[in-house]
Amino acid sequence: MTAPERGAAAPDRILLQNALKPTRQGFAERVKSLLGSDHPADETWEEVEEALISADLGAELAIEVCDRARARTDVGPQKALQLELLQLFAERKPVPWPRIPGPGIPAVILVVGVNGTGKTTTIAKLAYRFKSLGAKVLLAAADTFRAAAIEQISSWAERIDVPVISHAAGADPSAVVFDAMDAAVARGMDVVIIDTAGRLHTKANLMEELAKIRRTIGKRIPEARPEVLFVLDATTGQNGLLQAKAFNDSSGLTAIALTKLDSTAKGGVAFAIERSTDVPVLFVGLGEKLTDLRDFDPNAFVAALFALDGSAGS
Amino acid sequence: MFDALSDRLRLALSGLSGHGRVSEEDVDVAMREIRLALLEADVNYKVVKDFVRRVRERAIGAQVVESVNAGQIVVKIVHEELTAILGAGDRTFRFDGSPAVIAMVGLQGSGKTTSSAKLARWIVRQGRQPLLVAADPYRPAAVEQLITLGKSLDIPVYSAPAGTRVVDIASGAVAHARGSGRDVVILDTAGRLQMDEALMGEIREVHAAVSPTETLLVVDAMVGQEAVSVAEAFHANTPVSGLVLTKIDGDARGGAALSISAVSGLAVKFMGTGEKTDALEVFHPDRLAGRILGMGDVVSLVERAQETYDAKEAEKLAEKLKKNAFTLDDFLEQMQQVKKMGPLGSIIDMIPGLGGAAKQAQQAIDRGELAHVEAIISSMTRAERADPGILNASRRRRIARGSGTSLPEVNRLVKQFGEMQRVMKMMRGRGGKFPGMPMGPLS
Repeated sequence: MTAPERGAAAPDRILLQNALKPTRQGFAERVKSLLGSDHPADETWEEVEEALISADLGAELAIEVCDRARARTDVGPQKALQLELLQLFAERKPVPWPRIPGPGIPAVILVVGVNGTGKTTTIAKLAYRFKSLGAKVLLAAADTFRAAAIEQISSWAERIDVPVISHAAGADPSAVVFDAMDAAVARGMDVVIIDTAGRLHTKANLMEELAKIRRTIGKRIPEARPEVLFVLDATTGQNGLLQAKAFNDSSGLTAIALTKLDSTAKGGVAFAIERSTDVPVLFVGLGEKLTDLRDFDPNAFVAALFALDGSAGS
Repeated sequence: MFDALSDRLRLALSGLSGHGRVSEEDVDVAMREIRLALLEADVNYKVVKDFVRRVRERAIGAQVVESVNAGQIVVKIVHEELTAILGAGDRTFRFDGSPAVIAMVGLQGSGKTTSSAKLARWIVRQGRQPLLVAADPYRPAAVEQLITLGKSLDIPVYSAPAGTRVVDIASGAVAHARGSGRDVVILDTAGRLQMDEALMGEIREVHAAVSPTETLLVVDAMVGQEAVSVAEAFHANTPVSGLVLTKIDGDARGGAALSISAVSGLAVKFMGTGEKTDALEVFHPDRLAGRILGMGDVVSLVERAQETYDAKEAEKLAEKLKKNAFTLDDFLEQMQQVKKMGPLGSIIDMIPGLGGAAKQAQQAIDRGELAHVEAIISSMTRAERADPGILNASRRRRIARGSGTSLPEVNRLVKQFGEMQRVMKMMRGRGGKFPGMPMGPLS
């Protein structure tokens, strides 16, 4: 199969701008009008700081970004702010995602996150995307805890027409993963996507369970280099940072999906997360349709905040 | 709960202790820290501004009375203001009527279905007969989720065939409740984004059709600055009567609760404190404000304990916590009782000043180390349990051998226990110095 590619796609930008529409009303207009002059007053910068805080960037980061934007003399204040925000994201290079370990070995995606962030929906969207690209996709229903979680992912699987491996409710999630790995190899699958139960990052035993699931993948397919996708709800505030750190510690995150960006939430905590964990935000969820999962493009994300045409940045 | 916020406030205000008078400079230092701490806690920035201004005004030049220092006065003012915000609005939960209709609304993923089940269980304990209603036809398997939860609680669940309009589900459920003798109807509605006009219209329709006694907005404790606009959007479409704050068992500081109460005047009526269906608590603003300030909440602890212990046991526990007459035997007994009571995290947060040590105990239980702790303590003599101070190296080696554990494990347990005792002693010393603090009937 061909590896599903990621990279900045122009049409996504328009979609992202539309989805962020409620965001820019308010935020963008405020920043724009505030930074309209070439030499904004101190109080103006304070208000910009507040605007960034209201976008969930966090007080510390908002202050830092404003300070750095203020210090710049090469461009106007609004452009400076935009460039400094962009600076917080690492550059995206188009690399295959998920990693393909080798011929005949399935790529594995382990999907993790706290309760209610949209893991299962994101999995459905990913499965749909990979299947559309011609990949053979297998789902693993390793959320055996939440009531009807297995039914939820099975109903998505049916809709997308991909197979799903599941056990009874209450079963050991690692056992489900074990079987899913076997099935993937036996059936020559290209991608296995594992759904896990939502868990608060403060529960040591549940975080250990994730580590165990990871070990199980390695036991069945030693060559597998699983991608660990952290699903983050865009309405999350500063706690998102603690979540990302804890999940990163326990299961080694390789990517982040920022969901529910079609709400009025700005998802500003993503800036802080990528900066502190170095785990890139790769996907954004922009709606409830299967096609509403898009590649994350920092330029589009920052530009959408400012309601510009995306000409900012590199 | 709210751990980091309490730490920040304590840190900010510790610089104030020792002064004889509350000066403007003192207050400014404290306010800067409080502002940052509240913002980090996701309290809405407008609310923070207002809060800081009010506290500042009250704090500057506050009368310094005998034996109370400036820091304590600021703590007291912050506590009162937090309580005032959290306590704004009506916290009465109304479920009279025949049947009473409770509508659960909120964003996707905030925990409506789980909260509906928890609330149903709570209502059963109040002696009423709830009917759970699956009014979310959109999310795949949402109906199955509620049915599964209802089955586990032995509470009936009303659902309608796919394609039934939500307003018809609601009306049908009320009629069904009348016919089957259920006196409280809990509507688990579909999650939505506040900008979704179609779904908001549906909420309005349901409200017009069955006029709920209570419309509870379910709010995730981890929500950021958007909390206020979410609440306002829902409130504009249906008269929300209160909040359910969920996922408070994580380390989210839950500034959302402060923000929404401050802006909308809506009160938190319940808190979700865990994944199990019994993890729902009635909200007490003064206690929560106390917790925010790191003062702990002995009252809630004892109340929670009473559901498991008999009253005498609870009294004994409260006494022990107060006097710090806490031995290794008690420690073991507590761990065993606590395991019986459910997730330790929600309980441990209520014990004054137990932050770090308690978290270790929680993690020990999470990791299944309770069995080791039991073995170690059982291998001690009575004298050793009463006074771990006598545990020299050879005694510890004997205990490690006797319990089938290792010396480092024994050492760790003894150290943890010592830490716990030390913190408790400290809290007792400090507790006595807060004359104006509302600590409940136990203090």
